[in-house]
Amino acid sequence: MDTVVLARAFFGTSLGFHIIFATLGVGLPLMIVIAEIIHQVKGDNDYAIMAKRWTKAFAVLLGVAIPSGTIVGVQLSLLWPGFMEIVGKVISLPFQIEIFAFFLEALFMSIYVYAADRLPRYFRLISVFFVALGAVASAILISAVNTWMNTPDGFKIKPDGTIYDVSPWDAFFNPSFLSSSFHVAITAYMTGAFAVASVAAFKLLKKRPERERAYHLKGLFMSLTVALLMSFVSAVSGHHSAQILHQHSPEKLAAAEGLFETQRYAPLAIGGYTDPKTEEVKYGIEIPWALSWLAAGKFDTEVKGLYEFPRETWPPFYVHTLFNLMVGIGTLLLGLAAVALAYWWFFVKRRGKPFPKWLLWSLVLSGPLSMLGIEFGWVFSCSGRQPWTIYRVQTTAEAATKNEDLGVLFLLFLGLYALLSVLTVLILTAYFKRNPVSKDMEKLQS
Amino acid sequence: MSEEVLAILMMWTFIFIYSIFGSIDFGAGFWAMIYNNHKTMAGRIANRFLSPTWEITNTFLVLLVVAFVGFFPKGAYTLGTVMLVPVSLILFLLAIRSAFMVFSYSVQGYRRTMFIISGISGLLIPSLLIAVLPISQGGFIAVDGDTQSLLLSKLLTSPTLYLYVLFGLTSELYLSSLFLADYARVSKKEDAYRLYRSNAILLGPLTLLAALFTLLFITPESRWLIDNLMDHKIWFILSLIAFLIAYASLWWPKQNRPGIGRPRLTLLATVLQYGLASVGYGLAHLPYIVYPDLTIYEAFTAPETFYSLMIMYIVGLAILAPGFYIFWRLFLKDKRYLQQE
Repeated sequence: MDTVVLARAFFGTSLGFHIIFATLGVGLPLMIVIAEIIHQVKGDNDYAIMAKRWTKAFAVLLGVAIPSGTIVGVQLSLLWPGFMEIVGKVISLPFQIEIFAFFLEALFMSIYVYAADRLPRYFRLISVFFVALGAVASAILISAVNTWMNTPDGFKIKPDGTIYDVSPWDAFFNPSFLSSSFHVAITAYMTGAFAVASVAAFKLLKKRPERERAYHLKGLFMSLTVALLMSFVSAVSGHHSAQILHQHSPEKLAAAEGLFETQRYAPLAIGGYTDPKTEEVKYGIEIPWALSWLAAGKFDTEVKGLYEFPRETWPPFYVHTLFNLMVGIGTLLLGLAAVALAYWWFFVKRRGKPFPKWLLWSLVLSGPLSMLGIEFGWVFSCSGRQPWTIYRVQTTAEAATKNEDLGVLFLLFLGLYALLSVLTVLILTAYFKRNPVSKDMEKLQS
Repeated sequence: MSEEVLAILMMWTFIFIYSIFGSIDFGAGFWAMIYNNHKTMAGRIANRFLSPTWEITNTFLVLLVVAFVGFFPKGAYTLGTVMLVPVSLILFLLAIRSAFMVFSYSVQGYRRTMFIISGISGLLIPSLLIAVLPISQGGFIAVDGDTQSLLLSKLLTSPTLYLYVLFGLTSELYLSSLFLADYARVSKKEDAYRLYRSNAILLGPLTLLAALFTLLFITPESRWLIDNLMDHKIWFILSLIAFLIAYASLWWPKQNRPGIGRPRLTLLATVLQYGLASVGYGLAHLPYIVYPDLTIYEAFTAPETFYSLMIMYIVGLAILAPGFYIFWRLFLKDKRYLQQE
């Protein structure tokens, strides 16, 4: 592998690993805040138990989210020094503000975890609110840098690479910032909710005492409600992001849809793969006119095809598959949450029937699927921008380090990520095995 | 003051704050390992401080990197290129240390492993971190056209590196002993206080010796730094005076009560000592970030970015100040936390 490919593989792995923990790190605090609020309003202790147990899981996940985030942040300078030189001049503002969000989260997380017994109840709620705020603000601010890479703004560049006329706030609020960062935050909430739903559904698969079953049903209902809402909002915001692609990164949209000829009344290709020989989508389902309508709300919208652009700036063809997987998972989960809640309303609540096994098993899969959707989305966003690191400003090859020692380090970090993944699973299972929900319930009664 | 000088002043301030807190943090990890199950509770006190604070200290390290990229992007380019291997090792160790800090809180079985990992990495990470100083002083970077690389074997066989590491480690252990002595005193654990005090008595003169040897055996490429240091010797004289006050105050009687030493005063005077020496070193290092290839003027960011960063630092610190205050009250002052058994 040459250095650029190796650097991409290395950084992609670090980011892909971090995203799992970062996403849950944004999603879970929202669930904790909601549980704490319901507890304070309704006085139902089950919600206090939920908040406590999710905080425990969140704290363990944070033990990996923090170091992996530190790794990603520093590796940017190690693997992409050319990129960071431009970033430093133009878009360092969100990075810097993100540090403050990070401080906010770290301060109040320590307070919530290590000083909970010395704090009045309302202050615990404030602490966990700040943790949630810090987490989502971090996600939005970091995404700001990524959106700027897709739609760079706020500076001018001379042919020799000199950067001038910088306006940091314009770079921050670049054309895709609001829509894409919002999408990142909402899908993290969606994934956090589905992750909780997965666990609750899994617990309901086995026969349990009525008291525990009621507890898990409450958790499932609450998480599914949040999941349905967030899935719907993320579908709408994803649609908006696609329209921004149409305006600002037409080759990315063309590659996502496998569209080669520029046309009005463009069809939407679902599924299949882009055949590099014949340059068309094979085995996909075509919905006539749909792409034009999705791109700008009108059937006669002209959508640019790949032939419009020089071949060396085409994104890789596999982004069509990634795009389909991301959208497909999102749609599937939206439907699943709706079906599960409808079932709950008509059969579980009104007639006291239990959830059927097939539905519970589907719900168990929802959390991991949602996470996969996010991973596909990130890979789509970043490989769909190729060959650029900063769209039409800097290629990935120009951004990468010239250092050739990457191979051994890559292996070292692969080992680290494997170790941390295994330990996280071991620790979560060990903790929750030793502290089952029944124990928390007893503790509360005594 | 020019924008570039203001930016490097901010940078040095952040580095100084981190080196103090980092020393205390990593040092506390080391002492917690050494005094694990010690009858004086010295280990437990170190760990009690470390549990809620390491995450904040870690955030400060990220702040350093982000501030450097924002203020001196060209510097990030150079150091990012040449420091790939040492910084990757730091990240690796840091990740394992952080993960075990959190894991051991959830599952008691991991406590022993955590103490060992945090103790050993508490020596290794600072040793790797301080390597950036000799590298920045020149002689360890090969320039070939526009590619730069670190002369790793030259660095590893250079006595300068090891003297810097020695200076860094003795300082780390000295500062953390002083801090923990003070923390033990506030926690009313007089035995643990005496233990950390005697460590400090031993380590104090060693830090001075290490600093002296570092300067005596400096590489020929760094001669320029010695000449500059001589021009700013007033700061080092003041620093030495601060050291003498700090060291002497380890024997001053406690106010109104029996007992020896005033750890709070010692700690503050020692921070002042390192602060004054840092000013002298920082002034002597100007205008270079990496000698002789990179000055602060070449590395400086876009002026518009610099001003918006400055404004955001002020706004951000103002917003966070109450959070830090509450944190300090809860973990460094609250008797219910400090005086538990």
